[in-house]
Amino acid sequence: MAESINCDICSKLATVHLTQIVNGKIHKIDLCETCAKEKGVTDPNGFSLADLLASGVENEELETVHKDLVCENCGFTSEDYKKLGRLGCPRCYENLAPMIAPMLGHMHKGVSHLGKNPENTLIREASRQKENDIKTQLQLAIEEERYEDAAKLRDQLIRLDEETETSNVH
Amino acid sequence: MSIRSILKTRGELTQNSSAKCPIVMSTRIRLARNLAQYPFPGWAKKTQKEEVLGKCLEVVARIPKIKNPAALRIDELKELERQILFERHLISRELSNEPEGSGVIISANQACSIMINEEDHLRIQVIKNGLHLKRAWNFINSVDSSIEECLDYAYSEDLGYLTACPTNVGTGLRASAMLHLPGLVISGQMEKVVRAVNQLGIAVRGIFGEGSDASGSFFQISNQQTLGESESEIVKRLNSVIGTIIECEEDAREKVLEDESVKIFDKIGRAYGVLKNGHLLSSSEAMNRLSLIRLAVDFGSFPEQSRFLVDRLFIECQPGHVQFKANKEIDTTQRDVLRASFIREALFDLPEPNFDHITR
Repeated sequence: MAESINCDICSKLATVHLTQIVNGKIHKIDLCETCAKEKGVTDPNGFSLADLLASGVENEELETVHKDLVCENCGFTSEDYKKLGRLGCPRCYENLAPMIAPMLGHMHKGVSHLGKNPENTLIREASRQKENDIKTQLQLAIEEERYEDAAKLRDQLIRLDEETETSNVH
Repeated sequence: MSIRSILKTRGELTQNSSAKCPIVMSTRIRLARNLAQYPFPGWAKKTQKEEVLGKCLEVVARIPKIKNPAALRIDELKELERQILFERHLISRELSNEPEGSGVIISANQACSIMINEEDHLRIQVIKNGLHLKRAWNFINSVDSSIEECLDYAYSEDLGYLTACPTNVGTGLRASAMLHLPGLVISGQMEKVVRAVNQLGIAVRGIFGEGSDASGSFFQISNQQTLGESESEIVKRLNSVIGTIIECEEDAREKVLEDESVKIFDKIGRAYGVLKNGHLLSSSEAMNRLSLIRLAVDFGSFPEQSRFLVDRLFIECQPGHVQFKANKEIDTTQRDVLRASFIREALFDLPEPNFDHITR
C-alpha cells in the first residue's frame, strides 16, 4: 500500500494532491478534504496554488535562512516577526533586510517606492547630517591645532543653528 | 468636543447622501505614518507610547485643515463610546481593543479622523460621501503634509514610508470605496467579481473591514499593494476597477428586473412591510431589509430623499448606536425591540413602493 501523506495545513490525512508550475518552479501540495474546500481547491476557477503557497514560502524562507536576525536598534528578531506579523521599529527594515526584502516582492507591485516624499523630514535630516559633519571636522581641527579652521567651522555651526531656529519659528 | 456632540453633529456619512452615484456609498483613504525615532506601537514600551501620543495630539490638534476637532484618549472612553466610534468607521476595532496610550482626533464633520498608536503611530483617514477618491486624496495629502511639517516621519528613499506591517510600506495608502451591490448578490455573481478583482491586487471585504460579513450587500473594495506604485496610480487603478464593478452591478440589476421582477418586487415589498410593522429587528435583519429599500430608491420606487434617511438608519441600527439611544443598559432582545420601534417611526411617512414605471 502507498505511504499515507498528511495535509500540509492541518496534518490530517491528505486526499487532494496538486502540482502546479509557478514562475518556472514546480510546487506540490497535499491537502485533506476540509482544507482543500476551504482554500477553494475543488473549484478550478478560483484556485491558484501561487496564492496558497505565497504564505508557506515566506515561512519556509524564514525558518531556513533567517533564523537569527536581530534589529540592533530595538532588539526585534525574525522569530518575533513570525509570531507577531509586524515589525519592531523603522530600522528593522534595514536590520532584518534579508528576511523582509524577499517578502516585499510577493506582496507588492514593485520593490521601490514611487510615491510622495516627506519633504520637511528630509530637509531636517539633511541639516542634522550637515551639523554632525561640521562637528566632526571641528573636533579634528582642534586636535590638529588648526585654530583658524576651527574658528571658521564654529561660525558655520552658529549660522546653521540660527537657520534651523528661524525655520522652526516659521 | 465629546462623543455626545459627535452624535449630534451633522456627519459626513449620516447627512450628506449623494444621489449622483447611488451604488457607491462612501469613499475612504487612509495613510499609515510613523515617527522616525520610536518603535512601532506594538513593540513600544508604555512610556514610549505615551510620548508618541502626547506629541501627536499636540501637533494634530493645531492643523488648520481640521477645524474644531475632538481629541480623545481611548482609555478615557467608555466601551459603548468606543463601539459607537467604531460603528461610524471613525476608529478601528484594533484601536478600541488597545486603549492603553492610544487616541484619536476627529474633525467636527467626522470626515477626517486620525488614530494614534493603532498598528502604526498615525493612521490618518478621510471619508467622503459618494465616489470621490481624488478629492479624498487631495485632502488627506495636505493633512499629512501639515503634520509632517512638525514631526519627523520614518521614511527610506527605497521603501518609502516605513510601517509596522510590510504590507503597508511605501505609500502607506489604502484607498477604498463602500459599494452597495444587491444586484450582484441576488444574481449570484458576487463570487465571480471577487475572484476577478482579487487577481488585480484589489481586495473585497464586508462593511466593517477584515473578517466582517457582507450584510446589507455592502462591500469594501480597496487596494492591497502599497509599494511600487505612486499614490495617484493607486487611486486611478482603483477608480477604474470600481467603475467596472458599477457597470456589472447596473447590468445585474437590469437583468434581475427583466427576468425576475416579481421576485425582487416581493422582496422589496416584504422589506417595506417588516420595517414599517415589525416589533423585533436584529441589526443584521435591519441591514438586509434596509438594503432592499435603498435598492428600491435606486429603482425610483421610493422618493429620492428617502435615500439619506436609509443611509442614516444603516448606522443608527448598529448595536452600539441602539444601546446609546436607550440611555441605559439593555439586552439583545430589548435592543431588537427598540431598533424596530425607531425604524417604524423613522419610516412612518415612507409611502408604499411604486413599481408601475418599471413594469410598464
